[in-house]
Amino acid sequence: MNNSSNAAQKAKISAVGDSSVLIEFENEISPEINAKITSLVRLIKEQQIKGITDMIPSFRALLVNYEPRVISYSRIRRRLSELARFEARTTESSAKIFEIPVCYAGEYAPDIDHIAKRAGLSVKEVIKIHSGRDYLIYMLGFMPGFPYLGGLDERIHTPRLETPRVQIRAGSVGIGGTQTGIYPLDSPGGWQLLGMTPVKTYDPMREQPILFEAGDYIRFVPIDKSQFNEIKAQTEEGTYKCNVHLCS
Amino acid sequence: MGIRVLKPGLLTTIQDLGRTGYQSQGFGVSGVMDTRSFRIANLLLDNPENEAVIEFTLSGPVLEFTSETIIAITGGDFQPMVNKKPIKMYTAVYMNKGDILEFAGCKTGCRGYIAFSSYLNVPMIMGSRSTNIKCGIGGFKGRKLQERDSIIFRQKRRYLPYFLSRTLNLPDFHEIDKREITLRVVLGPQQHHFSKQGVETFLSGVYTVTSEFDRMGCRLEGPLIESRNSKTGTDIISDGIAFGSVQVPSGKPIILLADRQTTGGYAKIATVASVDIPKLAQRKPGNTVRFTDVTVEEAAKLIKDEMNELEDFRKEIHKPCAEVLDSRLVAKRLQKLFVKAGE
Repeated sequence: MNNSSNAAQKAKISAVGDSSVLIEFENEISPEINAKITSLVRLIKEQQIKGITDMIPSFRALLVNYEPRVISYSRIRRRLSELARFEARTTESSAKIFEIPVCYAGEYAPDIDHIAKRAGLSVKEVIKIHSGRDYLIYMLGFMPGFPYLGGLDERIHTPRLETPRVQIRAGSVGIGGTQTGIYPLDSPGGWQLLGMTPVKTYDPMREQPILFEAGDYIRFVPIDKSQFNEIKAQTEEGTYKCNVHLCS
Repeated sequence: MGIRVLKPGLLTTIQDLGRTGYQSQGFGVSGVMDTRSFRIANLLLDNPENEAVIEFTLSGPVLEFTSETIIAITGGDFQPMVNKKPIKMYTAVYMNKGDILEFAGCKTGCRGYIAFSSYLNVPMIMGSRSTNIKCGIGGFKGRKLQERDSIIFRQKRRYLPYFLSRTLNLPDFHEIDKREITLRVVLGPQQHHFSKQGVETFLSGVYTVTSEFDRMGCRLEGPLIESRNSKTGTDIISDGIAFGSVQVPSGKPIILLADRQTTGGYAKIATVASVDIPKLAQRKPGNTVRFTDVTVEEAAKLIKDEMNELEDFRKEIHKPCAEVLDSRLVAKRLQKLFVKAGE
């Protein structure tokens, strides 16, 4: 753990009303800056500061909700600025890689032809590119378990549909501009859909309703329709477990 | 047994103070819009601070009681009636089996609350009984109440000491009859995305509550708030949103409320002081709002003051009332009870 010597890296802390504070790092989206947020969240959790009720990590900032009857603004501000001074501890990282099986075929992939055509690639190549790298979960937001993923290959960047679909099924994997993601529940949406996972990334009845956390990684693994049905059946029974690797 | 919904009203949900601890995963908090009315309703019944209540909007439900309990109704004045006879708000009211609670109509405010001494038996999901309609979880089957829903009670809690003292004549904190209110705000966290003029406009302008006002947020109409950089506007890299934060997309404020999304990409010029959110929650479209800035410390002091005030209310309803000290009245009441028991 190193104390940061670079003044530019000093976090900015400001009040958000009377029950929250916002801790901000450099104003850009990058894995390095996001790692600071992930590490700060972990640090704050370890400290078990009384009065903190919730935290919302995002790309480059962390909103901390607190109960002002338990901890004062000046006190929480002081505690958090002390903690924010520590550098991201990448060596102690406990980030996980979640393997998410995706069927990139047929009715599960209504827009894959369009994505391929637009990119001047074959459908096979699109699948290879999309499933060929691990995506950092910068944050979860918008709806429960919706991951904001970074690092989509430029070749398959695809603008959103001009007219959003009224209903996108839970499990749909799509591309929206420069991002890719998984719809955790049925929702309207404008992303181009290129596949579907039989895995429930969100299940309110599960002890951990959301599979992953900000700071983890997602790896899409292509599967065919029969594998899809097999995994789907196991998911329904509650016996399916995603492969999870620790980041090395 | 408990209550049966004969008519649900426009938007009637079960809420407590909300589902905290899961926002990092994208779960919204939900919870009551008017925390003050909520706290007072529970306080009148000696309920735990965070006990779930029924929140209704613009039109009240019609409920049939299938067992005895004690209720308290707070919030806007919807003119509650039991078996067609008016009952008092901000008062503990004994409900008998078969009683019908209904509301003659919304006279003031726009949200009402019903607390129950026997506690609503809906499952605790992720630490809360609040309904999150978007996710379909919490409350009663994750949705607003519908005709013929039946909610049972968790306990048979039908006795409260100092029953007759359990009534409050409150000063109108919500300024419920006023057409214009002033909301205290703490500026920030992104007020620097607005020009100096823009911040001044926000703090001096009169803003009108539009019809786009729901549990997610309240859109206001009024003088345009200028951003510092006209090209990028007030877009930011998405970050977390607090209860009462004020976003200004395209120059007009939106105050984000109980069903807000966890994160958003617009700069927040200010955040409404917690104690003033209930005032906003009781506004009707067409009402006007002004903003005045306070420091975090001042806003925290307001919370402390409110808690002290609630503590005073608690003491007030735990004193024997004048009626009880008058032996003739006591005799009369006892006699009534015996007559009833003999029926």
